[in-house]
Amino acid sequence: MGNLSNQQLVQRLTARFGERITVPTEPFGLLTFGTSAETIEEVLRFLKEDGELKFNYLTDITGIHFPELELSIGVIYHLHSLTNNVRARIKVFIDGNNPKIPTATNLWEGANWMERETYDFFGVIFEGHPNLVRILNVDEMTVFPMRREYPLEDPNRVDKKDYFFGR
Amino acid sequence: MSEVNIVEAPPGIEGSGFFATSMEKVVGLARSHSLWPLPFATSCCGIEFMATMGSHYDFARFGSERPSFSPRQADLLMVMGTIAKKMGPVLKQVYVQMAEPRWVIAVGACASSGGIFDTYSVMQGIDEIIPVDVYVPGCPPRPEAIIDGFTKIQELVRNESLRRRESPEYKELLSRYGIQ
Repeated sequence: MGNLSNQQLVQRLTARFGERITVPTEPFGLLTFGTSAETIEEVLRFLKEDGELKFNYLTDITGIHFPELELSIGVIYHLHSLTNNVRARIKVFIDGNNPKIPTATNLWEGANWMERETYDFFGVIFEGHPNLVRILNVDEMTVFPMRREYPLEDPNRVDKKDYFFGR
Repeated sequence: MSEVNIVEAPPGIEGSGFFATSMEKVVGLARSHSLWPLPFATSCCGIEFMATMGSHYDFARFGSERPSFSPRQADLLMVMGTIAKKMGPVLKQVYVQMAEPRWVIAVGACASSGGIFDTYSVMQGIDEIIPVDVYVPGCPPRPEAIIDGFTKIQELVRNESLRRRESPEYKELLSRYGIQ
């Protein structure tokens, strides 16, 4: 069990940010809340640098795409307070046509590659990132493959065409 | 000592004190029993190849005593495993660094066709970037299958015309892949 309960954490967060964060939920005991691209940097800094909370470890940054939503691209942060043994998850949804969000590299050096990966697969622009280029895919790639608008299959493949199966 | 097997002489004219045959057949025979493979192993097919190389299946008995881990001295490129698109240029460069004559064997479903990885990041068969002589099916193929593929390569090597690599068809094949 953590030294810091989720309730205490929620109290601290709402006292600090009020309406600027969404109502937190606890799926599988993992505290989850949303915020906006304008607030995210402040939220991360608060969680990391607060003397009591000490969320000093950035576990992961990743993305998600819901084409049907108005704000279609999500950026998900997983934070871990090693001293308090408690985790938190922050979701930020941004405009899919202009996906911009401030970088977290000023807070954690480790965010560098995570943000490059999220850029590589979802096309999220992390403003202020020192070197926002593709990290896993080939440099010549023109699409962001984990967005749902792109087909997962390789278009060069012919052996799965319908006419081979009488369709 | 076990019995030593020696390959049969190629067809030719034999008389007392002489034996005549064509150069092509002798060279083919020699090459086919001294193919130096370059294993390019990226995944589980590579593990099967390690078993093939090991003492039980003893790949060396077919003349591949020396797996060459440099492309410069290799005759046969054995591609075993999934080749991601990012790996494509690397594989092509390895192929280009090999000296003629060179042969390529695609071991396993991934190297042959992309296999189960029908996805944006995986090359759908290495024949998109380099010419392939023999495909070995399987996911992964057993060592016996790899050896079978290798004997098919030996068959090709043994019967290849010495002038094949200078032929316009071969040059056209290479230029189709953008290789000089």
